Amino acid sequence: MDFPILLTILLAPLVASLIIMFIPKDENILIKSIAAVGMFVALALSLYAYFAYNKDIGGLQFVFGHELPWIKDLGVTFFLAVDGISLPMLLLTNLIGFSAIFASWNVNNRPKEFFVLLLMLIAGVMGTFIAHDLFIFLLFYEVVVIPIYVLVIIWGSSKRVTKEYAGMKLTMYLLIGSGFLLVGVIALFVKTAAIAGHPDMSFTGMAMAAQQLGEFDQIWLFALMLFGFGSLISMWPFHSWSPDGYAGAPTAVSMIHAGVLKKIGGYGLIKIAVYMLPLGASFFAPYMAVLGVIGVAYAAMGAMAQKDLKYVVGYSSVSHMGYVILAVACLNVIGINGAVANMFAHGVMAALFFSMIGFIYEKTHTRWIPDMGGLARQTPRLAVGFMLAAMASLGLPGLVSFIPEFTIFIASFEVYGGVAVIGIAGIIITALYVLRAGANTLFGPPRPEYDHLEDIKGPEMVPLVVLGTVLVVGGCLPSLLFDMINSGVVPLHAAISDALQLGGKF
Amino acid sequence: MPTDMFVLTLPFDPSALTLEMLMAGLATLVLIMGIIVPKGSRHGLGWVSLLGILGIMAVAVSLWGEKRELLNGMYLLDNYALFWKITFMTAAALVILGCMRFVDKMGNQAEYYSLTLFATLGMMVMASAGDFITFYLGLELMTLSFVLLVCFRKTDNKSIESGIKYLLLAGMSSAVLLYGLSIIYGLTGSITILEIGRIIAMQPLSPALVLAVVMVIAGLGFKVSAVPFHMWSPDVYEGAPTPVTAYLAVGSKAASFAIILRLFIAGLPGIWENWAFVLAILAAVTIIVGNLVAIPQTNIKRMLAYSSIAQAGYILVGLVAATEAGIKGVMFYAFLYVFATMAAFVVAAYYYNYSGSDELKDYAGLAQRSPLLAAVMLVALLSMAGIPPLAGFAGKFYLFSSIVGDYLWLVFVGLIMSMVSVYYYLRVALVMYRDDPLDATPISVSSPVAVTLVFATIATLVIGICPGPLSEVVNGAAHSFFLH
Repeated sequence: MDFPILLTILLAPLVASLIIMFIPKDENILIKSIAAVGMFVALALSLYAYFAYNKDIGGLQFVFGHELPWIKDLGVTFFLAVDGISLPMLLLTNLIGFSAIFASWNVNNRPKEFFVLLLMLIAGVMGTFIAHDLFIFLLFYEVVVIPIYVLVIIWGSSKRVTKEYAGMKLTMYLLIGSGFLLVGVIALFVKTAAIAGHPDMSFTGMAMAAQQLGEFDQIWLFALMLFGFGSLISMWPFHSWSPDGYAGAPTAVSMIHAGVLKKIGGYGLIKIAVYMLPLGASFFAPYMAVLGVIGVAYAAMGAMAQKDLKYVVGYSSVSHMGYVILAVACLNVIGINGAVANMFAHGVMAALFFSMIGFIYEKTHTRWIPDMGGLARQTPRLAVGFMLAAMASLGLPGLVSFIPEFTIFIASFEVYGGVAVIGIAGIIITALYVLRAGANTLFGPPRPEYDHLEDIKGPEMVPLVVLGTVLVVGGCLPSLLFDMINSGVVPLHAAISDALQLGGKF
Repeated sequence: MPTDMFVLTLPFDPSALTLEMLMAGLATLVLIMGIIVPKGSRHGLGWVSLLGILGIMAVAVSLWGEKRELLNGMYLLDNYALFWKITFMTAAALVILGCMRFVDKMGNQAEYYSLTLFATLGMMVMASAGDFITFYLGLELMTLSFVLLVCFRKTDNKSIESGIKYLLLAGMSSAVLLYGLSIIYGLTGSITILEIGRIIAMQPLSPALVLAVVMVIAGLGFKVSAVPFHMWSPDVYEGAPTPVTAYLAVGSKAASFAIILRLFIAGLPGIWENWAFVLAILAAVTIIVGNLVAIPQTNIKRMLAYSSIAQAGYILVGLVAATEAGIKGVMFYAFLYVFATMAAFVVAAYYYNYSGSDELKDYAGLAQRSPLLAAVMLVALLSMAGIPPLAGFAGKFYLFSSIVGDYLWLVFVGLIMSMVSVYYYLRVALVMYRDDPLDATPISVSSPVAVTLVFATIATLVIGICPGPLSEVVNGAAHSFFLH
């Protein structure tokens, strides 16, 4: 057997968190260093996996444990594998996870518990992207909720809403969504097991058996999954947890949550709901497109009205996820490519944004835009990171998010025409609020009380360097991202296109 | 053995009763030792009981795979019964190990431990009961032992009050149950469960039978505290000494489920369609009311009481299915419920012993005073809520997958309400983890308690992460159920 690279990536943060549990609680630097080392190992290995993945062959690679029976009578195996869709997500998780450790370098209130929980959270998110078994996927999917809650209520901040409210709202929305998802999964499992004659919870096995499900079954099962995954990806009208939740959460949690965790929703929508239930997907596609477009426009306008930086980015992430939903609803190769790429791009951008806002808040003790003045003169490095993220957010060519958004516009205009135009118009509003926030925070008249502020330095620079590099490299060499995603989307689309044609939509 | 021999020598094989005889012997031994041993060293009786239980458990494990019927089906020994017996004894062992200091504080250790053992004996008889007499005998032995245990703190008004409440209401429910059973006897002329199953399958449904079934459901619904027969349980749980509450919540419920499955699935199979729907409604109402009423509670024992009502509702779901998968779900869930509930109550008992309070607000900052107690409580509560990778998730998966075909709405109710339950479980986490303690002195956890808590937590984690082995054992047990 080859070196189990995926398992090692998954275990690296867990081992680090285990080691931290046995360190005295005052050893702040040691705790942070171990967390950083753990995440560095995971990041390095996932970078290696990303470039070692053979795109010409495609399909599942680095397979681990598919012959390892986990729960026999449910047909569960500890099946880890990645393809062209999950690998970018895995890389994204590690990029953001690694940066999040450094963005929390100044956490000195109970750091031991903080980093243990943070590492568990990161490992949980990674697990969802490398699991190729629905049961294992669910295991990781729900396991992330509790660390987030504890992180928010202890280390969060209470501004417009209290951190207790934010944490509970976040948790309840996601759990209720996952409750519906769970009903769908259990029903799908029982039905596919009856069709196949034996229980099997691997993605491929379930998708094969699910092909024989009737249209009606597919539709209601898809509806449940759409609700579950949709509330995770903050699909309008199930989005309201997102701005409040991010505002209450500590920086690292906002980064991970906006950066990767909500992407599990989009990932699940593509790799589970659409893949297994294509007829249901084609039934709901127009509705999804409409909800996506409403999300884009509504949240962009919501962002315009905000004066708290975290709320601006919170609403903007809802708006960007609207594009992802619109793109998935296209149900063609270009659309799904765009959806996955946009999730990657938005993840990097949102994480950079939140880490910069976190530093601003740490230094100025405010997130209120009118109070900032001209931070660009006082803290130039911070300003660079902020503007990079802002430019990526409005889709500046040359940064990573331009091509994905462009792809989505092409795909959705082809399929939905007029509806897509409204979505595309959202980009103008985005430009408006992002530029205004940037101008009022960084380039206004400098305020004397901030003259003594120290710019970010040392470990604080890591998020800017890591995520900023990805923003630029991904923008200049989009093929790095798109070839990979394409190698995963083409076979997925081939598997569902027969069913779609039978369904008579295309 | 040739059949004619079988008839001649009465089919009485006392070795089938080994476990029960050992348990009765142990209970008596502890009682007698209490008289002999001087007052100062009576805390050793806990260890005697514990070692005795572990020994009997070992015997039970060695009997695995046996299949015997005693006195024409009056007493059944099969994997199904053995599994339940092991479940009860696990619960008893955990509660004894975890709460020794609590018991020492109450005094009268001999009586306490021997009553606990007699209650266990009652449960074991129930798990093996093949006819109404045996069943009722076990039930009353268990109930009466619990009545005494509930009012064990003789100087505490609350304890006495809850003892009286339990006595009166348990008596009522027993009467109703007995009335229902006697009607069934009148209709079929038999008290043996398996024979009743055969006779009823051939009879048309009569109104008297419906009445009888309703009465039996009401009587047993009281024991598992299913809504609307749950009113007693929060009061009794709150007033009883915490270790007793723990054992009452786990053991008495599990034993009642053991006999409910036998009675309904083996004894009343012909009219399954009629009562399954009633039970589905009962399960849904129990889940909803249990979870919703738990939300405003401020006393941790009352909150756990309502949450255990909801847990009973989940277990009822498996009964609705009435298939092998459903029985398996019930047994799997009941087993893991032991660990979660025991862990939560042992933490509550220990903390009460330390601080004298059961109020939620007094748990503030527990995570800083004792990370172990707080972490165990959190894991136990989240397992009850069904959050992976803890055992509750796998348990709910089994339970709900058994009914997803016919009762989809019940799956919705169950899973959505279990997500709602996270709301009040997390409030405990909030108080324990976020708040700063008023008195920051660390709480040292004595080693027997620590062992109990760590063991229960590890069991919860292991069953959750790797449910395969337990599920195979339970499969065997559920399979033996249908072999009679």
